[in-house]
Amino acid sequence: MNAVIAQLPVLILVVPIVGALLILLAGKVNRNFSYPVTLATISFQFAASLILLSAVMTGGTIHYYLGGWPPPMGIELVLDAFNSFVLVVILAMALLTAVWARQGAALDIPPEKTVPFFVVFQLLVTGLCGMTITGDIFNLYVFVEITSIAAYVLVASGRGARSLIAGFNYLVLGSIAAGFIVLGIGYLYVATGTLNMGELAAMLPASYGLATVHAAFLFLMIGFSIKVAFFPLHLWLPDAYTESPAVVTILIATATSKVTAYAMIRVIFSVFTPQYITESFPVTEVILIIAAIAIIAGAVLAIAQDNLKRMLAYSSISQMGYIMFAIGIANQIALEGGLLHIMAHAVMKGCLFMVAGMIIYRTGITGIHQMSGLSRTMPLTCAAFALAGASMIGIPPTIGFMSKYYLVLGAVEAGQYLAAAVLLIGSLLAAVYIWRVIEIMYFGDHHEGALHSGPEAPLSMLVPVLILAASCLLLGLFVDIPLEIIGPAVTLLLGGS
Amino acid sequence: MRENVVIRTVSRLSIPFIQLFSLYVIVHGASGAGGGFQGGVVFAASFILMLIAFGLSGIRGRISEKGTMVLAATGVFIYAGIGLLCILFSGNYLAYAAIESALGIPHLHGLLIDLVEAGIGITVMAVMTSIILDFADKEGNIRD
Amino acid sequence: MIEDLFALFLSRYNYWMAIILMLIGLYALIAKQNLVKKIIGLNIFQTAIFLFYISFADVTGGTAPIYLPEGPGALYVNPLPHVLMLTAIVVGVSITAVALSLVVRIYQEYKVMDEDELLEVMRRP
Repeated sequence: MNAVIAQLPVLILVVPIVGALLILLAGKVNRNFSYPVTLATISFQFAASLILLSAVMTGGTIHYYLGGWPPPMGIELVLDAFNSFVLVVILAMALLTAVWARQGAALDIPPEKTVPFFVVFQLLVTGLCGMTITGDIFNLYVFVEITSIAAYVLVASGRGARSLIAGFNYLVLGSIAAGFIVLGIGYLYVATGTLNMGELAAMLPASYGLATVHAAFLFLMIGFSIKVAFFPLHLWLPDAYTESPAVVTILIATATSKVTAYAMIRVIFSVFTPQYITESFPVTEVILIIAAIAIIAGAVLAIAQDNLKRMLAYSSISQMGYIMFAIGIANQIALEGGLLHIMAHAVMKGCLFMVAGMIIYRTGITGIHQMSGLSRTMPLTCAAFALAGASMIGIPPTIGFMSKYYLVLGAVEAGQYLAAAVLLIGSLLAAVYIWRVIEIMYFGDHHEGALHSGPEAPLSMLVPVLILAASCLLLGLFVDIPLEIIGPAVTLLLGGS
Repeated sequence: MRENVVIRTVSRLSIPFIQLFSLYVIVHGASGAGGGFQGGVVFAASFILMLIAFGLSGIRGRISEKGTMVLAATGVFIYAGIGLLCILFSGNYLAYAAIESALGIPHLHGLLIDLVEAGIGITVMAVMTSIILDFADKEGNIRD
Repeated sequence: MIEDLFALFLSRYNYWMAIILMLIGLYALIAKQNLVKKIIGLNIFQTAIFLFYISFADVTGGTAPIYLPEGPGALYVNPLPHVLMLTAIVVGVSITAVALSLVVRIYQEYKVMDEDELLEVMRRP
């Protein structure tokens, strides 16, 4: 049994790649075979990630040397408290999205395209796992690109022709970002002569004064900022989220953006160090200011939208600001809040986008003003929206409240009272854009009966949404359980033992 | 495409040599400059030359969309299969030394590397060819 | 002063060339209207990065990193950046293929290749 667990880090990557090709070949025989293979592979990955998380929590960090070559010769996969936690979160989201996709995929994907769709879906999830567990910075770039190429294709696979243009714009900006990331990695290699993240962290402090290292840091920061859609560089995101198929929006908004944020935090704290961003090259203030602008601007832009998916997309920009805010504060409590927010935002935004997809599935409505009285025909769906929305605003005792609470505590501890105030203003603005939808759904006139003729969405879509809505509440009530994992992860990031 | 005797004759003469060279590059990958990707691309280049010189009708029966897809999957299966075989011999993924010491055959790792390179080469060749086939239209001209 | 700058340029001309190419690529990506020209710009941008990696790997007077009779004592060019760029080239090819197929689909839908005209066509309905 232990021998199997020892091989799980690589199996979590190889099995889905083989699975993706099995989907392709099985789909040639019969189109309906492709979905069960997808579900089975992602279930395997989720189970493996849970086993790995428990192994890491009991036995400490796992190092896996590909080909038996120890670094710096070979590539290693590393699993510590931080990334095994992220791995479990994104694979749980991927699994729920896959369950939702059984009927949800038919909404935007024509039947003859389902086989290639699930192949690319599977490759995207594999790329995300690779980004999470790799311990080699160039390997990280390769997985970023696998993920991004899959994401470009998925975004462009929507029914409307506009999704093609959204996909093309995403591709252009994403490729520029990837170019910057490779350049940054090149500078790091020039400065140190190694690509292994652990060795980089050990060797970089000797050359912290060099302009080469500053250039590497800036290139990596700009590249990842484009990929996570950090505020002034977010231009690809609203179109990509709005025009892409519902399933793809859920997966990209929950899993892809979270893993990219993870990669950014990993590079800032584990390749560079907290000392670097506070002392050698003080950028925390700048990150904090931009994050504050992102929180406010994203929320204000979200208030101005009428399309539900587009509103949620702008809300994502605002919420990514919260995660960046934690990097800007960079103390124990704020980072715990930031990591908690990675999970919280995945859960609640997944739920909200699923609800948006279900409303389109049943009624075809995208505009918020048309949703009046929707709660009478789709009560469970609207209740899930209300619960996840409450979490988005940060009403206790939801998970969204807990993560923002820790962020505020961290900001107060660091003496940044103004920044803490920005967090509260961001929550108020979130209340405005979320409450507007809830008010129309519950208290609007039910006048257009023909539009709302559909009953609740099918069970395979309803179950994932209800699970996510319940976890918004339950994770908030039992917040100690995720914090038990996050605590050691943050200590690890801040350089403690 | 218009009949062009020069292009067709030169292509017919050079395609076998291009393919032979690509096999050389793939096999050479284990011990020198070369490898699966480069060899696969050179092999795909011979198909692309064929497509340009003879048109889509001229290569029908030699390459098909379905064939390239099966080949692409086969290559990845070879690569992943050898990696998983190493795990069965209780080594890490792609640790050829585990198989070599378990079976007691010296220099087996060279053969295994060649097999992996061949798998990569097949996949790259199939994918590059299918990209070009995708952009080619029914008349065999590259779409403008 | 001018001579100094020129000497600086000459002594590091490989990096300058990579930077100039990169900026040409970025310019094409941002300023060109035609979608295919944007993809060409993207390719120039990526090629500049390949050149940057290859040129910093070079060792003056170094040989190809192949096993030679004089053994490991020989002066080699660093082979690792070449391998990295091989991977990056694969990624670049994949991105170009996806981008081109998107442009083909956009052209089939709208019958335009120009970004401004595309915005015009999209606004119309």
